[in-house]
Amino acid sequence: MAFTPTRETYSGKVYPVTVGTGDSAITFGGENVLPFNSFEGSTPNRPLVAFEIQDVPPSDWPENVQKPFAGVSDDPVKWAKYCQDELKAKAIALRLIGTHPDRENRSPEDAVKTVKDVLAAIHIPLIILGSNHAEKDSSVLIAAAEAAKDRNCIIGKAQEANYKTIAAAAMANNHKLIAMSELDINLSKQLNILITQMGFDKERVITDPMCSALGYGLEYTYSVMERIRLAALTQNDVTMQQPMLGDVGMYVWKIKETTASEADLPQWGASEERGIAWEAETATALLVAGAELLIMRHPRAVEAVEKIIEELI
Amino acid sequence: MALSGIEIFKLLPKTNCKKCGHPTCLAFAMKLAQRQASLEACPDVSEEAKKILGEASAPPVRPVTFGTGDKAVKLGEETVLFRHDKKFVNPCAFAIEVKDTLSDDEVSNLCGQVVNSEIDRVGQKLRIDAIMITNASGDAGRLEAAAKVVAAKAPGVPVIIYTENPQAAEAAIRLFADKRPILYGADASNAEAMAAIAKNNKAILGVVANGLNELSDLTEKVKGLGVEDMVIDSGARKAKDIIANNTLIRRAATKKNFKPLGYPIINFMQRPDSLYETLLAGIGVTKYASIVVMSSIEKWKNLALFTLRQNIYTDPQVPMQVEQKIYNIGEPKPESPFMITTNFSLTYFIVSGEIENSKVPCRLAVMDCEGLSVLTAWAAGKFTATKIAQFITDSGIEKEMANKELILPGYVAILSGSIEDKLPGWKVTVGPREANALPAFLKTRN
Ligand code: SF4
Repeated sequence: MAFTPTRETYSGKVYPVTVGTGDSAITFGGENVLPFNSFEGSTPNRPLVAFEIQDVPPSDWPENVQKPFAGVSDDPVKWAKYCQDELKAKAIALRLIGTHPDRENRSPEDAVKTVKDVLAAIHIPLIILGSNHAEKDSSVLIAAAEAAKDRNCIIGKAQEANYKTIAAAAMANNHKLIAMSELDINLSKQLNILITQMGFDKERVITDPMCSALGYGLEYTYSVMERIRLAALTQNDVTMQQPMLGDVGMYVWKIKETTASEADLPQWGASEERGIAWEAETATALLVAGAELLIMRHPRAVEAVEKIIEELI
Repeated sequence: MALSGIEIFKLLPKTNCKKCGHPTCLAFAMKLAQRQASLEACPDVSEEAKKILGEASAPPVRPVTFGTGDKAVKLGEETVLFRHDKKFVNPCAFAIEVKDTLSDDEVSNLCGQVVNSEIDRVGQKLRIDAIMITNASGDAGRLEAAAKVVAAKAPGVPVIIYTENPQAAEAAIRLFADKRPILYGADASNAEAMAAIAKNNKAILGVVANGLNELSDLTEKVKGLGVEDMVIDSGARKAKDIIANNTLIRRAATKKNFKPLGYPIINFMQRPDSLYETLLAGIGVTKYASIVVMSSIEKWKNLALFTLRQNIYTDPQVPMQVEQKIYNIGEPKPESPFMITTNFSLTYFIVSGEIENSKVPCRLAVMDCEGLSVLTAWAAGKFTATKIAQFITDSGIEKEMANKELILPGYVAILSGSIEDKLPGWKVTVGPREANALPAFLKTRN
């Protein structure tokens, strides 16, 4: 029996977002089909993977993901340059985790210095993330956004509790913005609407529906992403057409499967390979669900994910 | 395509005799269209109508049982493209390729890995499901010899025999004749011979073609030869083509009820780099494969893939819940902190993970709130002072504790006073709102 493939044509598309400046600027998003379904539409840009670094040494990271950065991670500038020059990172995500009141409680001024130093050392795009403390992030990210003015960075994360100040800071300094809500398509839509009602251009927003690690709620993130993408494409819902972020490394490198030793759990196999596979598998599942921007930690996980993107695009 | 009530009505006797228990043939037809009645209820329906209706009401992806006994794997029966629409039905099976060019020792070592692959994760037993024996040597005797080793060393494990050579196939498949094996390697050139062997040995036939058009022709041909149970391979090997073809197959089956592609999909994911193979196999799990074949099964890799399969195949309508009880994290002493949260599995995983990170041994009371998170459970009246007090009292935990102190999630700080009223002698402390603040909170108390 002759087979006639059913091709879908969608009414909507995902906004393309460009980060960085000059020759190093990169665009992601822009497709008008479900992830990697380029047989029926266009996927003009590949997803972007950013290497995560932070403003303080990664003493809270498990040994297996500290190791690749030994000798550079004591200084965010060295760390960023190492990712750019040696690991050929396409973008850097600087998490200002040291500003968290329960951590080093670094000041907004400290954050400004780190951001300026890192920006002076690299030419690839920079994502600037707070410590996920809603109150502190407001002051830290306002200062950081200003310090990075006109470098076309991504600032995040704006959440329901603090989106006004953070969005205003991103807007005033010509940055893109990550809008994060917690695993609910309606919350995500609502936050996008609130942010655009402030006059923020909807095509400069990146949606973070909240990441979960493989085995720890991945299916929730996976399905929320699929539903957001279907709303964007099939319903042409302009409030849901932002590219999506998978903030993978942070969620993966704290669970038991990436931290337990092989001596403790022999049935789980080699701990280093296990951790790397966990990060890369989480990232791959989210790519298939619709993420266009990934933040990751382990160089070997990034390498494998870049390779699979190459084969998918 | 599923038939409408009117289309079904046209096939019924139209006598309105009521023997089916419905007032009219039309009413019965409407029930059939909604799958709320079964055709057997009408004694007078014609054979021809039975055939048409039977085909139209069969699941869009044919159910196929691979193997026998307690290690048998059900394949197919899928009805949707997206897991949020409806639960994916039969989880993708994992198979390892064993080439007949390996020595008997190597084959038996791989069999051992398969047999020992079973692990328990959140209450489910997960394992490598099948072994594919490949006739890489091109020699019929070698294939049979390797198959004998597998039959002896991995008894009961479902087997795929991979060869395009009907003679080699016949000798090897016979060893598994009553075990519902898969004979993979039927194409346009050998379909008659392979179908005959599959039929004689009650095997499922694995058919391979170059693209979906040829594949549709081939399954029709094989069906015409009397073999109904098949697994299908579109020939795609590159990640992009696997997603494209698997998507088009699932769409054709579930949205158009296109029978020639309504079979479980088998994908070949073997790559030299095991990490890379893990990712490719993961794409198969998320995108509609019923069997993925791999070249190695390290423990770390199995754990990642088992977990992914479990995540993708959970029922999206039923929130995942953990059992109500008091969990020990680390080895708590009488004076260790005691906390409470709800039984939404995500909440439990995150909270227990952060407690583990803190390295402070704790007791964590997980209360049955029908799988809701803390705030939602509180709003729904399931995480209330009375219920919490009752749960703590019934648990009898106070006998094991030095100080009667309960740490409450910050989001329900409002409950602390009334819990103290209901639990005389207890002190209630308000903990952080978010789990990620737990390590700092616990350390300051130590
Ligand atoms: S039993 Fe058959 S013929 Fe009689 S009313 Fe029902 S559908 Fe019609």
